[in-house]
Amino acid sequence: MAEVLKFHFDIDGSDFSSAGEASVMVKKKLRQLSYDPEVIRKVSIAMYEGEINMVIHANGGTADVIVSDEEIVIILSDKGPGIPNVELAMQAGYSTAKDNIRNLGFGAGMGFPNMKKYTDELHIDTVVGQGTTVTMKVLL
Amino acid sequence: MTIRDISQVIEAEVICGDDQKPFEGVYVGDLLSRAMSHVGYDNLWVTIMSNTNVIAVATLTEPAAIILAEDVRLSEEALGNARANDITVLTTGLSAYEICARVSCVTGERKA
Repeated sequence: MAEVLKFHFDIDGSDFSSAGEASVMVKKKLRQLSYDPEVIRKVSIAMYEGEINMVIHANGGTADVIVSDEEIVIILSDKGPGIPNVELAMQAGYSTAKDNIRNLGFGAGMGFPNMKKYTDELHIDTVVGQGTTVTMKVLL
Repeated sequence: MTIRDISQVIEAEVICGDDQKPFEGVYVGDLLSRAMSHVGYDNLWVTIMSNTNVIAVATLTEPAAIILAEDVRLSEEALGNARANDITVLTTGLSAYEICARVSCVTGERKA
């Protein structure tokens, strides 16, 4: 595949019921393109966690997925509150999600740990009060 | 063993989806990030969560079926999403423990 495929999604931060739709669409697309199921699983988990984070903490944002011969890059950008302590946010079990979010099954504190575990590269660019951009790569 | 076979063992009603497919293994859990990384292909995923986010996680992880314990029912929205994404969902009055115990008995997966 010489052609680079690009997908763009606007993530609605006001609707929990639609959270994850972009990840589902990317998964279906990768499935149609016959990617390795393990690659699809890694991309699905990492992107879903990022998408949910944007809905929970940042009132939504944008997701871009770029598929090339060598890698799948996922870029999640929001204009939310930013992450004051990235090291803490990376710790398994740490969550700032409120009770109403936890009641939906979120807030396990596994978002960033899962993103790190299931990708080959994870970069978090965050500024408190301005927003966060998470860039993840899954190598092919 | 198929989903239909196991539905009789755990006294479950098939709410939607294909019940003729086989399953392998069980995962129990309600925290979606945990489920996201631990539900395996063709597992039975036993949970008491029934919102539409559960369907999104199942669409991404592809368990053979979601088993809703303790008589939990899907919301109309979740049911619509489950049907749209071909997710098989069952519900039973049994607890998660009782579901696992019965599945273990009939599949011989108990190792204790």
